[in-house]
Formats: sequence, C-alpha cells, structure tokens
Amino acid sequence: MRDDSTAGPPRQAASPGRPKKKESGNSSRGRAGGSKSSGKKSSGRSSKNGARRGASANRRSSGSVSKNGKGATSRSKSAGAAAPKAKEADADPQRFRPVQVLGEDGHLVSDATLEETPAMLLDLYRGMVKIRVLDGRMLNLQRQGRIGFYGQSTGQEAAIVGSAAAATKEDWIVPALREMGVAVYRGYPLNLLVTQLAGKAGEVSQGRQMPCHFSWRAGKFVSMSSVIGTQIPHAAGMARGMQIRGEQSAVLGFLGDGATSSSDFHCGLNFAGVWRSPVVFLCQNNQWAISVPFDKQTASDSIAVKADAYGMPGVRVDGNDVLAVYRETHKALGRARSGGGPTLIEALTYRRTGHSSSDDPTRYRSDEEVATWEKRDPVERLRRFLEFEGVLTKGQHDEMEEEMHREISEATQAVEKLEDPAAESLFEDVFADVTAQLEDQRSGYLHYRNSKPS
Amino acid sequence: MATMTLLQAINDGLRLEMGRDDRVVVLGEDVGLNGGVFRATQGLFEEFGGDRVMDTPLAESGIIGTAIGMALYGLVPVPEIQFSDFIYPAFDQIVSEAAKMRYRSGGEFTVPMTIRTPIGGGIRGGHYHSQSPEAYFAHTPGLKVVVPSTPEDAKGLLLASIRDPDPVLFMEPKAIYRNTKGEVPEGDFTVPLGKARIVREGTDATLVAWGAMVPVAEKAAEACAGDGVSVEVLDVRSIIPLDEETILESVKKTGRAVVVYEAPKSCGFGAEISAVIAEKAIEYLEGPIARVAGFDTPFPYTLEHMYLPDDGRVRQAIKDLMEF
Ligand SMILES: Cc1ncc(C[n+]2csc(CCOP(=O)(O)OP(=O)(O)O)c2C)c(N)n1
Ligand SMILES: [Mg+2]
Repeated sequence: MRDDSTAGPPRQAASPGRPKKKESGNSSRGRAGGSKSSGKKSSGRSSKNGARRGASANRRSSGSVSKNGKGATSRSKSAGAAAPKAKEADADPQRFRPVQVLGEDGHLVSDATLEETPAMLLDLYRGMVKIRVLDGRMLNLQRQGRIGFYGQSTGQEAAIVGSAAAATKEDWIVPALREMGVAVYRGYPLNLLVTQLAGKAGEVSQGRQMPCHFSWRAGKFVSMSSVIGTQIPHAAGMARGMQIRGEQSAVLGFLGDGATSSSDFHCGLNFAGVWRSPVVFLCQNNQWAISVPFDKQTASDSIAVKADAYGMPGVRVDGNDVLAVYRETHKALGRARSGGGPTLIEALTYRRTGHSSSDDPTRYRSDEEVATWEKRDPVERLRRFLEFEGVLTKGQHDEMEEEMHREISEATQAVEKLEDPAAESLFEDVFADVTAQLEDQRSGYLHYRNSKPS
Repeated sequence: MATMTLLQAINDGLRLEMGRDDRVVVLGEDVGLNGGVFRATQGLFEEFGGDRVMDTPLAESGIIGTAIGMALYGLVPVPEIQFSDFIYPAFDQIVSEAAKMRYRSGGEFTVPMTIRTPIGGGIRGGHYHSQSPEAYFAHTPGLKVVVPSTPEDAKGLLLASIRDPDPVLFMEPKAIYRNTKGEVPEGDFTVPLGKARIVREGTDATLVAWGAMVPVAEKAAEACAGDGVSVEVLDVRSIIPLDEETILESVKKTGRAVVVYEAPKSCGFGAEISAVIAEKAIEYLEGPIARVAGFDTPFPYTLEHMYLPDDGRVRQAIKDLMEF
C-alpha cells in the first residue's frame, strides 16, 4: 500500500523547462482581443448595438483585458464585472509555457530529441488518423439521419491519442465526452461503436443513452455521462481504491475547459490532492464550452495553474503535439503509479467544429480563429514529421486510410441489420432485479401494446 | 395579437420585462451571443448588453447561487439552466437557500428569482436531455413551480413569475417549443399563477395534464369523442400553487379522473393530484383514479416513443375507466 500519511505531495516545479521554439500552443491571451469579434458575422441582426459590438462587449464584461487595449476605454459600461484580472501577474512567465516536442512545422523543437520508436510513432499516427476518418464518416451518417447525434473531436486528435497511448492496459480511463478516440485507441470494436451511435440492440447501453456516450468495461473505459464535471471525483475515488489495494495502476481522467468551472472539479482535485491518489487529470482545453470562450470560463491565466491550489503539479502542453502530450502524460502516470500523487495536465488544443451536430459555431466565433487553428493541425504535423523521418510514405498513409474506411464500412453495414432494442429491455438494469412495481409497468405496457388495434 | 411559437413567446416576454424593469437580469450558459441553445434569449444580449445578459462559467450551483445573491441585493434575476437535467448541481442552492430565505428571515430577505429551464422528452435526448424533475421541486415548500403549454400562457405566466415576490421554477416543455403556434397578445399581460385552464369541456371523464402532455391529452380527448365519450381536459399550468378547486369541480362533474405526466410514475406530481382527488372527491368517483405516466426507469433514447405517454395509452386508460 502506498504511504499516504505523509504531509503533502512534493512541491515539484511544474515547469516543463523546455523553452518554446515559437508561440504555438496559444493561450487565451493570444486569442483575446479584437481579432475574434472583428471576424464575427453580423448575420443580419438588427439590434441597435449589432452583433459586432455585442461580441466585443460580451468579452469585455468578463473583465478580460483585450490585447489591443480597446477594451479599457469602453469597459465602463460593464461596471462591476470588470475588476482587473490577475492575468498578467503570474510571477514566472515560463512556468506554464506549453511543453512542445514537435513544432508546428513538423520538426522537433531545438532542444528536443526523438525518444519514440518508429513503430510507436506509427501507432500514434494511426490512432489519430482513425479519429479523423471516423469523425468524417460518422458525421455523414448523422447528416443522412442514420444516427441521431454526433460530437466530433476533429483537431483534438493529438491530445486524445497522446494521452491514451501513455496509459497501460491496467490503467483505467474516466472519460468526459470527447474521448471516443481513447476507447478506439484501446481497441473498442467499431461495430460496438456504430451500434451505440445508432442506438440499436447489441451493445451494453441498448439504445438507452444518446449517441457518443460510450461504456466499455473490457477496455477499463467508464460509462460516459452528459453531465459536465461529475466524472472528476469518480476518477479521484477510483484512484483512491487502487491506492488502498496497493495496485500498480493509475487513473487517467478527462475533462474539458468548461468542466473546470464545476463544483465537482474543485472537490475532485481537492480529494485527489489530499489523498495523493494515483490519478492524472487531463483537461482538453479546446478553448470553448459550447459558445463560451476560455476567458469567460476562468480568470486564471491557465488551467494548469489551478493545480497549485490542490497541492499537485500542473503541466501545460501543446495539445496539438502528440509527442508532448504523450511524454507528459506518461511521466505523470508513472509518478502516480509510484506514489507521487496526482497531476493536472492542460492540453491546449482547439474544437475546430461545432460543439456537436446540433451547434452552429458561426453564431459566436470568427472564421479567422478557426482558420488559425486549422493551420496547427495535429495530424498534419505528425505526418510531416514522419515523412521527414522516413517512417511514413504517402502510399502507406493512403493504405492506412483505405483500410480504416473498409473497416468502418463493414461495421456500418453490419449495424444496418440490427434491430431496435426490445421493449422489455427498457425495464431491465434499473436495478439488479426488476422490482414488483416495474414488473407491473412492464406487463401493463406489453399487454396494452399487444392488444392495441393497429 | 401575433402568432408565435412557445419559444418566441418566452423570448417576447423576457424582452418586454427587461425593457420595463431594469432590475431584471438574465444569466446562464450560452445565453449571450448564442442566444441560448434553444434561442430563448436570442437578441437580448445585443439589446440589453453584458450587464443584463450574462454568459456564465459552467456551474449551475454558481448560476443559481449568484442569482440568489443578486435577488437578495435587489435585482430580479432570471437565470437559465440549459436543460433541467443539469439543474441538480444547483439543487442545494434552490432547495436550501432560495426556497427557505423568506421563512428563515421572517420576510426580511426574499428571493424574487425565476429559474427558466427546459423540461421533458421528445427530442431524442436520452437520459440527460429529457427528464421532467418537477416533483423534486414541488416537494420543496417555498418554491413555486410553473409549466406552460401554450404560447399565450408561456408569456403571461412568465411575466407573472418574474413579478412574483418568491422564487419560481419556470419549466418549459421543449418538445413543443417550436411546434405549438398560437395567438399571443402584444404588450403587457399576465396569467395568474395557481389558476388551471379548462382546455376542453366534457362530462364523462377529466384528464389532468401539464406541459407537453396537454396536447397529448387533447388528442386523446378527440379520439374519445369518436368513441362517444365526452372528456374534459385541464391544464394545471402551475403545479405549485395547485388549483385544487378547478380540478375537484371537474372531477365532481365527470366522476372519472386520469392524470397524465411524463415523469416516472411513482411519486410523480400526478400522485399528489390523485391524492387530492381521493381526499376531497372520492364519493363522486365512478372508478379508480388513473395515472398515465413515464415508467420508473431512466429516460431512454431509442425507445423514447414508448416511454412517453401518448394519446393511445391515454385513450386506453379512459376506455378502461368507462368499462370499470
Ligand atoms: C452540468 C452540465 N451543465 C450544462 C451542460 C450542457 N453542456 C454540454 S457540453 C457543455 C460545454 C462543455 O464544455 P467543455 O467542458 O469545455 O467540454 P467540450 O465540449 O469543449 O469538450 C455544456 C455547457 C451539461 N452537459 N452539464
Ligand atoms: Mg471545451
């Protein structure tokens, strides 16, 4: 059993210590200011302020200081909300500089060396491409009405696969909602995936959950909830369990930037910090929580800095750099397994598409911002590196994609033949046993349905 | 009069009240530029600015907790909870704080706040975008619970709720947000809380419903008319306070009562209505009080059509009652 009776976790410097080659991971500060609102479409709003002014006022009222300084003069309108932020006050500006291994140009940053084998690199690449291909295909199915809903993770593949690859088979995954790719990386069968999305029988959730809410115990991948933040204490508690049993495993728990505002974020990290339980919280900071940008979510400079308050190391990584994500998660999981306590990792990335198939992001953000992040594409970055290194040829890439398409087509065709869940299944799994009341409701309904003139 | 959807009527009511009373503020997730995920607050941010329409961090306890603070201070907050399925992080603030403030301070502090939140199924939203949690809140003394079912009522009840001196949970049936259209008076008017609406008169049985189950009850009543059974349909409109008088009068006249609601059957608010009828009108009844409700299971995704009460199940319940 781990010794958790000592006073506190090591106050180790969270700084990754790698100077950045160039600005890339981007912080909220880089994003704040005029560029965003200036790109906002007016879309025919006829209010007196208009959408454009609305956009900038919206940002100012959160108290953020815009880069171009315009915010300062017109801020008076939003009175009380505009207390100056502590944003610029971080003593050591290097501290939460995002760790980077692969630069945006697809080359290693100056002081980085290659530690991964070609096989490992290809494995990461395959995982990322698979998410990209799946996103395209599944969104198509959604558009055709064959699945009811889909949430993409396009642009976040490096954060997803880099962290997933750092976990062992014995580690447990506590996902938020954008981690379908983690399950896929761990071998979640595509036919189950498509069955879940289609809401058909033949998969554990039996059409009970919305699409994109997976549950896969064989892959130590905990059932997803729509409710933001609730899984964070679960990860801490699960890790406490491992600690009590003295197991050599850890928990990799995920969350979004929006989830850091939830009460469960505070209590989950606080418990984990107090217990020093073996958990790594990986926050995919994709800059948006539906329409709410990062700088309206928190007045902190970063999410990583919040780790300070819970007595655990905080690390910021370029979330579009799969090697940086992999290495930092690997390090943190290793530390967790060996009794070093929890870590909070913030992976800076970007949600390039709408929040889900139901969302229209052009209402609240600029095309320019999206285009900027498209240039930082994580898949493209790794592909370029692999080509430079001679690990991957165009032919191999095409073959890889083709094979994935084939696999997905097989899965979707198989699912076409599946039925909706049986009416009886609605009443199962509420409890281990069907209660008398439920039995009554079940038989009453079936009797009604069978005797109903159609 | 203007023809509006239920959603437009809510938006219209919010705009009217924000223009009329500058203490009224809106806060919640995505309510600003995005206009709310259902667009209920569309255009308000542009019109009233960031001090009146606030996008908040993602924390329901924070949304309601800070709204309570604003109300204590003298504002009239109208917080939005994006889906009532996500209201539970704020349960403590609503139940322990907002609802008890007047009582515990002898009226010195009050919380004139209206929490707007979509409820109910019908949009293929699975467990977490479909629930009808009105009964949890109706069980809390100090909290009013209102559910409109027509555009006119949505606006009139919303205005009455915002002006009410006590906290109101205003639950909006999202299944009929856009597909119910109706005439809505322009300008200012209110529909009083605690007054049921007789949707359709009848003599053989009474259907009691609220929210998205009102159109279902109407459809069933229409079908029953074809069966030669005359059904009266009541829309309770406000669950707390409940208009017992209208319900009892109707049941005494028809002698039969069926309550229709989406929430799980056991301990749903229909259980309370059934108890009231049993306590106060049992001698008028020709048969047992029936409940057509959701099942005692989490809300399902694929089989939601089976879970939700429909006109077929309601009609069957009335048939059974007529043959009792
Ligand atoms: C408790 C709760 N409140 C509100 C919602 C509605 N909602 C769904 S996703 C989301 C934003 C989540 O943002 P983030 O945590 O950054 O994750 P991302 O979607 O960016 O991956 C919101 C507000 C919810 N699901 N749960
Ligand atoms: Mg996010």
